[in-house]
Amino acid sequence: MASSHKPIVWGLFAAGGTVAAFLMPVLILMTCLAIPLGLLPADFLSYDNLIRIMQNYLTRLIVFGVLVLITWHAAHRLRITAHDFGIRADTAMAILFYNIAMAGTLLLGYALITL
Amino acid sequence: MTRRPYLQKPQRFGWWFRQARYTRYMLREVSSLFIGAYTLVLIVGLYRLSQSQVAYESFLANAMGTFGMLFAIVALCFAIYHTYTWFVVTPKAMPIAIAGKRLPGAAIIAGHWAGFFIASALVWWLAGGN
Amino acid sequence: MSERTLELEILRYNPDQDEAPYLQSYEVPYNDDWVVLDAINYVKENLDRTLSYRWSCHMAVCGSCGMLVNGEPSLSCSTFLRDLPNRIRIEPLQNFPIERDLVVVMDDFMTKLSSVKPYIVSKEEKNPDDGEHLQSPAELAQFKQFTACINCLLCYSACPQYGLNEKFVGPAALALAHRYNLDTRDVGRSAREEVVASNPGVWECSFVGACSDVCPKTVDPAAAIQQAKIAATGDYFLNFLMPWKRQ
Repeated sequence: MASSHKPIVWGLFAAGGTVAAFLMPVLILMTCLAIPLGLLPADFLSYDNLIRIMQNYLTRLIVFGVLVLITWHAAHRLRITAHDFGIRADTAMAILFYNIAMAGTLLLGYALITL
Repeated sequence: MTRRPYLQKPQRFGWWFRQARYTRYMLREVSSLFIGAYTLVLIVGLYRLSQSQVAYESFLANAMGTFGMLFAIVALCFAIYHTYTWFVVTPKAMPIAIAGKRLPGAAIIAGHWAGFFIASALVWWLAGGN
Repeated sequence: MSERTLELEILRYNPDQDEAPYLQSYEVPYNDDWVVLDAINYVKENLDRTLSYRWSCHMAVCGSCGMLVNGEPSLSCSTFLRDLPNRIRIEPLQNFPIERDLVVVMDDFMTKLSSVKPYIVSKEEKNPDDGEHLQSPAELAQFKQFTACINCLLCYSACPQYGLNEKFVGPAALALAHRYNLDTRDVGRSAREEVVASNPGVWECSFVGACSDVCPKTVDPAAAIQQAKIAATGDYFLNFLMPWKRQ
């Protein structure tokens, strides 16, 4: 039995899970529910306001880090969950979920650069 | 007596709804489906933002529609459940000892929840939420 | 005075006679201070001498009497009749082949246990004349909890990952490996790495936590495995960045 390379994805999983645990609820609140609940002004998610917020390159970097980590956390966990549901094709599931995560990562990187 | 061990077939599907503790585990795992999906939606939204005002506003209209709201509510419930289950297991994965005495798990969990509210408030304030 | 009786539904399997296991019912008297093991002993002594099962100490230190009581992995010597309903289903531990009746084949665990080198691997052979290993109370406290394992296999029975993949090294073996890795007298972490840090080692675990729930000695194997994952991850990146520092 050779030593596994799982530490790479597991490290991402653990980091992403921690980030998600601390930030996901407030992110969901701010990006959707807070406005109808009256907690944020109606124009908070407007085009102009978001462009203004994302002007800062540090903000873009942090947003990239946070969303990418959460994406890879979810991808790894879903790969495991597929196995738990009885799907034996682990390699296929890994390819599926990690490719989705990679696509999301690249799309986000592209979006934040071209903003 | 001849040996003829009987192989108990493990349940491949459905093992997780036979006992409450396994169902709770599956709920925790499935939370990542909604967290991941919501994050992908955010990524698409940022992409639309980078494309044009028209593209973004069309995305926003869908995201804030009825289905979008319902999805956000479900995602929020799962996100909070993820936070809760993540904090509960943190003391097990990282036991902390100060001056030779093991810090009680409850203290570590409480500290994490405090951090959660502080981090949330910080993000809220930084984004200009006031 | 009508005495309360309980119905024990015990799984029977005789490899010479039976194609498959089946449940057989026995009526046993209820006693307030009896445990399930006492009820099973009553069956063997008075009702059915052919019943086979493992037990020894009757006090939760030998680890012999593990079985499923109403679906829950339990030590029969520590499960009281007064905490159970009138009908009790008793089956051998899940995830193991059934030898006969309530006796399971433990060979897979025994192989895995020896594969993790569950003993102190010293830097050099120490002569008793050289004196003792010195260890502080704090150093002992680091691993003491994980020494309590009695190899009862309840954790393997409860673990769904072991049920889904029999190659998984499993909770008890990994917890014991971690116990030795944490012991300051031991230098065997890299020797154990090949088994512990492998795919069927700690990485098969998804932290369901059922193992720690059912452990009668509060070993908390789930915690041990998570700590082992962190250690393995650290080792992996350290070996990658600083290969000369291998322990």
